[in-house]
Amino acid sequence: MSSEATTAEVHGHRALQHHFANMEQQREAGTLGMWVFLVTELMFFGGMFLAYTLYRSMYPAAFASASNHLDIKLGTLNTVVLIMSSFTMAMAVYFTQMGRQRRQVICLVLTLLLGLTFLGVKGVEYYDKYEDRLIPGHLIPGRSFDPEVQKEGEPPDHHKLHLLPGATKDNVEMFYWIYFAMTGMHALHMIIGAGLLTFLLIFSLRGRFDPEYHSPVEVIGLYWHFVDIIWIFLFPLLYLLGRHFEHG
Amino acid sequence: MSEHIVPVRIYITIFLVLLTGTALTVLAAFYDFPWQFNTIVALTIATVKATFVVLYFMHVRYSSRLVWVVIASALFWMAILFALTFGDYNTRRLDHTRTSGVVILR
Repeated sequence: MSSEATTAEVHGHRALQHHFANMEQQREAGTLGMWVFLVTELMFFGGMFLAYTLYRSMYPAAFASASNHLDIKLGTLNTVVLIMSSFTMAMAVYFTQMGRQRRQVICLVLTLLLGLTFLGVKGVEYYDKYEDRLIPGHLIPGRSFDPEVQKEGEPPDHHKLHLLPGATKDNVEMFYWIYFAMTGMHALHMIIGAGLLTFLLIFSLRGRFDPEYHSPVEVIGLYWHFVDIIWIFLFPLLYLLGRHFEHG
Repeated sequence: MSEHIVPVRIYITIFLVLLTGTALTVLAAFYDFPWQFNTIVALTIATVKATFVVLYFMHVRYSSRLVWVVIASALFWMAILFALTFGDYNTRRLDHTRTSGVVILR
């Protein structure tokens, strides 16, 4: 029908929604909407960063002791893995913009694999904490928070908690509440991100995105980078805060 | 198409900057700085890394003013959250002598 032909001429792209004037306006609205969502996410994580700052200022020695028990090698590895995944995500957006579908798919697969690697390493770390009885409170039935404490003169054992002067086991438990709340929420965001990447991958394989229309790739990319940024702050705050007290 | 496409060379540069920042922050953590400088150094490096991610990976450098306003408001509200909370805590007497984890507000 003639009216439909006119619509196609005016709107141009199959993905253009009728309430937007053109693809550019649609894309900008999508990006802005995602940023508003990310602001609410920042407020959400902000509350936990606040709790962290407050309790760390109250119990500095306990926080340093607890932090030193975390595995710095795995923490650094995960930071590098996440930065690499952010890079491959950025490249996925780039190749979509350039219309290089095969490379876009490869980058999305790499991002997904790196994200899953991060979660795997996190799982190993959580299991270590379980072994050392560092899961706070009674979250694990029959295996409440009760780490062994390293005593003076004993041979060093990295499974035991080494308390710095002024630190108590109770206050170390506070660190682990915050550690599991923050890394757990971060990991949940990674799991959701992995789901979103799977969705992108399916639609990408169907050739749904092109240089004119790729808002989902761009917007999920923003989400993925946001989760990376949270980790960029979590890593030094949780893993590195007490390392300079370890002398030899 | 008016969308700005960031060249690959910039993405690679940012990627290398982020890896360098990670290496620096781990090395700095083992060095004993005076006063609170360990924390200050760690947070400065993290903020620089985050800024690069936001500006280039998230394309904010090339985004509309409206996006800038949204991000600025986020940072402003975070500042309120921290400033008012710590303004409150720091103007009360806190009793830290009890180590049970209970803080008594007077």
